[in-house]
Amino acid sequence: MKRVSISPPVAALLLAVILFVLSGLLPNGFGSDINVARAQATNILRLAVFLGVIAAGQTLVIISGGEGIDLSAGSVVTLTAILVYVVVNGSDEKVLLGLLIALAVGAFIGFLNGVGITFLKVSPFVMTLGMSGVVTGAIIVITHGNVTGKVAPIMTRLIARPLLPSLQIPNAIIIWVLFGTLMWLVLERSTFGRNLFAIGANRITARLSGVDVTGMNLLTYSLAGALAGFGGFLLVGNTGVVHLQLGQPFLFPSIAAVAVGGTLLSGGKGSYWGTMAGAIVLTLITSLLTTMQMPDSVRRMVLGGTLLILISIYGRQHALRQ
Amino acid sequence: VKRSRWEALTARQPALFALVLLVLSLVVNFILQPNMFARETLNSNMRVFLPIILMAIGQAIVILGGGIDISVGGIVSIINTVLATRVGLDGSPQEMWKFVFISLSMGLLAGAINGFFIAYLRLQPIITTYATSFLYAGLALFILPNPGGGIPAPIAALYRDSTPLNLPLAFYIIAIFLLIWLYISSMRYGRFLYAVGGKAEAAYETAVPVTMVQFSTYVISGLMAAFSGIAITMLSGSGNGEIGGPMTLNSITAVVIGGNALSGGVGGVTGPVMGAITLGILQNIISFANINTWWETFVKACIIVIALAAPGIVNLFRTRRGIS
Repeated sequence: MKRVSISPPVAALLLAVILFVLSGLLPNGFGSDINVARAQATNILRLAVFLGVIAAGQTLVIISGGEGIDLSAGSVVTLTAILVYVVVNGSDEKVLLGLLIALAVGAFIGFLNGVGITFLKVSPFVMTLGMSGVVTGAIIVITHGNVTGKVAPIMTRLIARPLLPSLQIPNAIIIWVLFGTLMWLVLERSTFGRNLFAIGANRITARLSGVDVTGMNLLTYSLAGALAGFGGFLLVGNTGVVHLQLGQPFLFPSIAAVAVGGTLLSGGKGSYWGTMAGAIVLTLITSLLTTMQMPDSVRRMVLGGTLLILISIYGRQHALRQ
Repeated sequence: VKRSRWEALTARQPALFALVLLVLSLVVNFILQPNMFARETLNSNMRVFLPIILMAIGQAIVILGGGIDISVGGIVSIINTVLATRVGLDGSPQEMWKFVFISLSMGLLAGAINGFFIAYLRLQPIITTYATSFLYAGLALFILPNPGGGIPAPIAALYRDSTPLNLPLAFYIIAIFLLIWLYISSMRYGRFLYAVGGKAEAAYETAVPVTMVQFSTYVISGLMAAFSGIAITMLSGSGNGEIGGPMTLNSITAVVIGGNALSGGVGGVTGPVMGAITLGILQNIISFANINTWWETFVKACIIVIALAAPGIVNLFRTRRGIS
C-alpha cells in the first residue's frame, strides 16, 4: 500500500479548517451564519499572531540544532512588554523607542544565552531555563510587583484594529503575514538561512565547509531573543495591560507550535510556515475548549491528548535500523 | 583539542563538581545558621528536600538514557490528589498503605505511557512528555479541582518526625535508592543505559536492546515520581492539584548541576542527588542571608546560572592558559 504523505504545515492547516467547521456545529457555535463564522475565524487568527511571532525565534534556535531550544522566550516576552509599557507611557512619539528597546533587550538576553551555550558549553535547555529565572528575577527587581505605564493609542490602532474600517481584518494579522514572508526570505533565500540549516543538520560538516558555527550560534540566539522582544511589543499593544505572568503561558505552546508544524526538534529541518500553522491549530483548540466552557482540567487533558495525536502522526523520528 | 587536567578529571568524575558545590553551600549555610546540623533542623530540611531528590533520581536515569521527562510534575500531582481524596484525613493506616501501593502502580503506568510513545513510536521526548504532562496535570485537577483533602495525621507525622538513630528518615531512603543504583549500574542494564544514552545507533548495532532500555528509563522515572508524590503528600498532609508543576524544571536543574550531560550517557545518580540537595540549601541560604525580598529570585537564579556555567568557565580559563 502506498503511503499518502502530506507535508506537516498543510496537514496542520487542514486540521485547523476541519476543527473550525466542526466547531460551528456546537450548541453555541456559529451555526450557518457566515458573518459570525468569519468574525470568529478572524479572532482566532488574531490570537494566533502572538503565539506565532513568539514561536518564530523558537523555530530558528530549534532549526539550528545542537539540542537548541529557548526556554527564556516566555520571560523575555514579559520583560519587554513591561519595558514597552513603561517607556511608551501613553505617548505616540515614544512607540518607536519602545520597539527598539524591546528588540535590543531581547537580543541582549539572547546573546547572553548564546555566549553560555557556545563558549561555556552549557546545554541550551538549562542555559535558557536558568536565563528565564534570571529574567523573571530582574522583572521583580525592576517592577517591585507593580507597573505604571500606558500603551500609546497608535499601538492599539496599528496592532489591534483594522487598517480601514471596511477591511475587517485586524492589522496584527497583516503584520503576521508580512512577518511570515520576511521569515521565509530569511530562512530560504539568505546566506543566514542556508548556514542555519547547515549547522542544524551537521555542525562538523558545516564548519568544514566554511560556516562560522560560533558566530551563527550567537546570531541565532540573539535573533531569537529579539523576536521574543518583538512578540512582547505586539502582545502589550494588543492587550493594553501587562502583568508579571504575561509571557510565560506562551513558552511551551511556542515549542509545541514548532513541533506541530513539522520542524524536527533535533534541528536541521523545518519551516516557519509550519510554525504558523502550528500556532493556528494550538490557538484554535485552546479557544474552542474555552468556548465549550470546559473546566480547566478537561481543557488540559484534551490539549495534551491532541498534541500527542498530532505528533504521533508526523513527529516520528527515523527507526534505529537505518 | 588539548584537554586540561581539570577537564579530564571532570570527564572521569562528573559528580566531582557537584560535590564541590554541595560542600561550599553547606559551609555557607552553616555560617549563616549554626544549628543546621542539629537533629531537628537537619530533619526539617531533609524532609523538604526529599521529594525533589527522589524526582531527580528518576530524571537522572531518563537523562542518562538520552531522554528527558517533563511529565514528572504531573505524575506527582496525580499521586498527591489520589492520596488526598481517596484516603482522607480520617482514613485508616491500612487504607493509606493500600493507596501507597496503588500510587506506585499509577506511577509505573504513567511512565509506561511516556515510554511507549517515546521508545516504541519514536516520538521526540521533550514534546511527548510535555503533552503527557498536560494529560497528567489535567487529570490531577480533575480529581481535585480545589486544594483540600488530606491524609491521616499520624502517617504524616511518621514521615515528618521519624529520626531513627538520630538521623533524618530521608537519609535512609536516599541511602536505599543509592544502593539500588549502585547494584543496577554494575549489572548489564547499567552498561546498556550508558550505551543507549551515549549513542543509540551504535548501541543498536552492538545488539543492545535500545527500545527496551529507553522504555525502562521512563517507567523508572514514573515510579520515582510516584515515590516523590507520596513523600510530598506526607510532608504537606493535604492535597493540591498543582503541587507537582513547579518541581519538574527543578529536577532537571538538579540533574545538570549534578554533572549529568543533558545529551545523555554521562554522569550518574549520586551527582543529581547532591545537585538536588544543593538547590534546597541554596534556598535556605537565600532566606537566611537577609537579602531584600525583591532581589531573592534574581540572586537565586544568578547563582544557579553561575553554578551551571562554572565548569565551562573553568575549562575556558584552563584551555586559554594551556595554549599561550
